Amino acid sequence: MNVVEFTALVFGVSSVAGFLGALTGMGGGVVIVPILTIFLGADIRYAIGASLVSVIATSSGAAAAYVKEGFSNIRIGMFLEMATTLGALLGATLVALMSTSFIAVIFGLVLIYSAFLSVHSRLHDKPDDLPDPLASRLHMDGAYPGDLGPVAYHVHAVPTGFSLMFVAGALSGLLGIGSGAVKVLAMDQAMRIPFKVSTTTSNFMIGVTAAASAGVYLNRGYIDPGLAMPVMLGVLIGSLAGTRVLIKARPRWLRLTFAAVILVLGSEMIFNGLTGRL
Amino acid sequence: MSWPKPWTDAQMDVAIAVILRTGVLLAATIVLVGGVFYLQRYGFTVPDYRVFLGEPADLRSIPGIISDTLALRPRGIIQFGLLLLIATPIVRVTFAVAAFALQRDRVYVIVTLIVLGVLLYSLLGGAR
Repeated sequence: MNVVEFTALVFGVSSVAGFLGALTGMGGGVVIVPILTIFLGADIRYAIGASLVSVIATSSGAAAAYVKEGFSNIRIGMFLEMATTLGALLGATLVALMSTSFIAVIFGLVLIYSAFLSVHSRLHDKPDDLPDPLASRLHMDGAYPGDLGPVAYHVHAVPTGFSLMFVAGALSGLLGIGSGAVKVLAMDQAMRIPFKVSTTTSNFMIGVTAAASAGVYLNRGYIDPGLAMPVMLGVLIGSLAGTRVLIKARPRWLRLTFAAVILVLGSEMIFNGLTGRL
Repeated sequence: MSWPKPWTDAQMDVAIAVILRTGVLLAATIVLVGGVFYLQRYGFTVPDYRVFLGEPADLRSIPGIISDTLALRPRGIIQFGLLLLIATPIVRVTFAVAAFALQRDRVYVIVTLIVLGVLLYSLLGGAR
């Protein structure tokens, strides 16, 4: 396979990954690293470098569509970004200290967890309760557009959410993924932010978090232009198309299929990691 | 530049979305142009990403990437586009610092400055 063929193949796979990632709301980045390493034989450090770059592109590219809906909360996002960027810095630094097999195993576990989370139904938004003093002092409470006018909400458990965000950032920096699943978990379940607000705010945060590890990746030579170019362009075009096709309806069968693919890729990553092939 | 009123959060959101979209489009265009040159020059060689060697020094630092781009080296041009992409969220955070300052929200000016500090530390090679 020469460079033209390789580039075309990576571009095609990345477009499909970006498209499905946007349709299912799981992000395309999670499947890029397993495909590049398991099927195309790339070293995992080149793969996470290319994947991380595509994560920044998707997050920033989708932001315009989300802003029109008016759900994101910039204060929650910025406050939690202190945790995610520091975590990302730590995660990116750890890449050089861990064996590639170990990184592959962690990657596999995170994939399996993401697949599980996407199939499990989320907690429904609870009726609003008392404000939390810390969240109120940080002006985090807000309102989002509902069917009958603005719906006010309160934010809770800021320290717990902040700690979970540090973990999300560290995983993002270590694995070159957006860690959207962990971010939404922290905001949904711990901080009890309404689902739509947490999803869009998480998307906003993903780009900034990824930029924090991208600097380290660049300085250490993990970002190869020849590999990152088709991945970034493919995922970007695929995800923009996916967002345009369907913003709200996310068919269940499609999500289940994508979750199954992620489950298989996760198991492959763990197997290949344990047998020392990655 | 002076704004008539402190920015509301909603206006901030819209402005941020414009920054992000412009940054991504610009970066993608430059990556595409570099990609065409890259395929022209290296298209019929064999790619090898099996063994990790790391990128050459010129593709790892901002001055190196800029001088490669000015010399019209294909890999340098792609890397310059990727650098712009990485810089886009940094511009976004810088903008938020200014917007919170105009709102006279001291807590969030400090919060965004911390985030900005981490991003610059990473990009400028502090964590190498």
